[in-house]
Amino acid sequence: MAERRSTGKAGRGAAEAAEGRGGSAAPASGVPARLAVRKTYKLYVGGAFPRSESGRSYPVTSSSGEHLANASLASRKDARDAVTAARKAFGGWSSRTAYNRGQVLYRVAEVLEGRREQFAAQAAAAQGLSRADADRVVSAAVDRWVYYAGWTDKFAQVLGGANPVAGPFYNHSAPEPTGVVAVFAPQDAPLLGLTSVIAPVVATGNTAVVVASETAPLAAVDLAEVLATSDLPGGVVNLLTGRVGEIGPHLASHADVNALDLAGSGELAVEFERAAATTLTRVLRPRPAPGGGEDAWLDPDPGTSRMTPFLETKTVWHPVGV
Amino acid sequence: MIFEYAPAPESRSVVALRETYDLFVDGGFSPAEGGEYLTTLNPADETPLARVAVAGPADVDRAVAAARRAQETVWGRMSGAERGKYLFRIARIVQERSRELAVLESLDNGKPIKETRDVDVPLVAAHFFYYAGWADKLAHAGLGPDPKPLGVAAQVIPWNFPLLMLAWKVAPALATGNTVVLKPAETTPLTAMVFAQICQEAELPPGVVNILTGAGETGQALVEHPGADKVAFTGSTGVGRRIARSVAGTGKRLTLELGGKGANIVYDDAAIDQAVEGVVSGIFFNQGHVCCAGSRLLVQESVAEEFLPLLKARISKLRLGDPLDKNTDIGAINSAAQLERIREITDTGEAEGAERWSPACDLPENGYWFAPTVLTGVSQAHRVAREEIFGPVLSVLTFRTPEEAVEKANNTPYGLSAGVWTEKGSRMLWTAERLRAGVVWSNTFNKFDPTSPFGGYKESGYGREGGRHGLEAYLG
Repeated sequence: MAERRSTGKAGRGAAEAAEGRGGSAAPASGVPARLAVRKTYKLYVGGAFPRSESGRSYPVTSSSGEHLANASLASRKDARDAVTAARKAFGGWSSRTAYNRGQVLYRVAEVLEGRREQFAAQAAAAQGLSRADADRVVSAAVDRWVYYAGWTDKFAQVLGGANPVAGPFYNHSAPEPTGVVAVFAPQDAPLLGLTSVIAPVVATGNTAVVVASETAPLAAVDLAEVLATSDLPGGVVNLLTGRVGEIGPHLASHADVNALDLAGSGELAVEFERAAATTLTRVLRPRPAPGGGEDAWLDPDPGTSRMTPFLETKTVWHPVGV
Repeated sequence: MIFEYAPAPESRSVVALRETYDLFVDGGFSPAEGGEYLTTLNPADETPLARVAVAGPADVDRAVAAARRAQETVWGRMSGAERGKYLFRIARIVQERSRELAVLESLDNGKPIKETRDVDVPLVAAHFFYYAGWADKLAHAGLGPDPKPLGVAAQVIPWNFPLLMLAWKVAPALATGNTVVLKPAETTPLTAMVFAQICQEAELPPGVVNILTGAGETGQALVEHPGADKVAFTGSTGVGRRIARSVAGTGKRLTLELGGKGANIVYDDAAIDQAVEGVVSGIFFNQGHVCCAGSRLLVQESVAEEFLPLLKARISKLRLGDPLDKNTDIGAINSAAQLERIREITDTGEAEGAERWSPACDLPENGYWFAPTVLTGVSQAHRVAREEIFGPVLSVLTFRTPEEAVEKANNTPYGLSAGVWTEKGSRMLWTAERLRAGVVWSNTFNKFDPTSPFGGYKESGYGREGGRHGLEAYLG
């Protein structure tokens, strides 16, 4: 594989400085007094942080082309493992009370807020945002978790209800999570866009296999660390970094995937939608249109539009009588 | 005691069959450009009823163009209140012509007159009446302050509830300001052609409803037509997959209502006599030609020995025969092809080790008939437990614990319907919560209502028909 590219440049220093983790001033010899501890960016599957089973990684660069880190290059097997983990977590997560799911999502917001600095520096490095813009994106991402934390115990009332059938029956419709959702996160919105596609999926009780932005995956791995420390059960969100073109087809056609969010699937969206037809997998077509960056996701009230595609309606009848 | 029944046939005279039916396009009837016709039979005696035109690609073109024109110049611009009044009018005419529609449906489909008269046609009228009232209230449907119609809807419907499926498709589409091109099933096109006359009688603007008859090729040309903004299909999961594939990348919106393999769970504390009735109607209603049929009986092991003899005794009382006889419970199988499919799969049940039982039952000499059949000793691996038979064949499995019942019920790629029979409310709710199915009937089965959303999980399709939810499929 040619994914690994050796960079002669000492680009990492910039990233580390940007992340506030750089070494202290170098002595004349060029050897720092204290060597910074770099982070290994891994996958997040079933609540653990494994490397890709394929043993591969790929270099991630900043918006200006400097090497930031190596990200795991997930394989087909990793994708299948992630689906298995998501399926295993579905029963428990979907049967949590809505109140409890709301509290867990709110906890995600709390932990993310505590790591604002890290995420803002990351956004600035990865996307070349000004510090003010990076702060704005991080704030919006935190607020997005709060927004969906509030939805968990409301969407069922908004979307379901009593049906006045013409007969002596109790009849009631309620939304239920569809199951495992494969989420192709937006390519050009690695933090707020990512948050905006994950949060509605898990708020409604689904579990997710997320394919992070291919070129800017580091924020996703950082977010996975937030999720892992926020009482979100392992397996509810599984995160893969790598090539959409390599792992996407296996997720799109996977019989145990119930729905796809194609937001970041790019030119492969149609191919994935076609593959999804084989097992009648639900599909949310790409929207908003790519190219808008994080700004395309700033609307503070996206409503139910990213929840309903991943909800089924169950209608229960029962006779009324003595 | 055995009661003898005198024949009680409903009169056919209320139906005036034409020799041929042409396509209904742009408000009038016109022959298909290819000049081809197919013959629709009465499945109860195999006599020809009428010839109907077979629409080709050129006919699809002109129907879609007519629908587009009507949507842009008339229907999409009309106030919701006025649109609604047309639908109220249609509902009223359906009620006025209800006997004619019921008899014609029984002739063309083979289903008993008591079902067409008491279920299908009343629900058709109710469906139009329900969605008529939505037409001027769409801003209150929770789909945004000013939801817009999608444009032209291409709709393909099956033969098991011909006119009712038409109503499920046409009523919400029209209420939301869309226009439609609809293709009825090739074996049951006749009530749709009467519906076309009803549209004329209601003075519905030309092009708002277009009806193209034909077989699979016509349907394919319609759903793949680039002029369609929305595709709605009810039918087999196999065809549904093909449609989903063909729609990918076109931007068309899609709803699919596909097959099922519904489980009917009978717990040991169920009211046994009611459960027997429910299981019987769950599978033998409409000859089992029901996508949401309760085709898998899951009975708790501790009551299976008591339950099955009662079930068989009840089935032995079912009356099979002339669909137009008011005492008939089980009518004809809709077509020779469907009869062959039912025979083939049911035979595999026996071959795979299930025990087959049918009551003593005289089948008429002509026509397509299949005796009500129960297969016991069925395992989950058997084809008769996995595949949709779409006929009067019940597969019986047993379970010991509620967890096992749910596990078995959900062990299918389908997820359309399920039934639960228990006198304990908490157990009913516990079970209903865990069943991965779009409709759960508890202590009842096969109930339908225009206000009640209907549709499946998993490979039973997506989208809902009926209720407020049914509007979503037609608004953008």
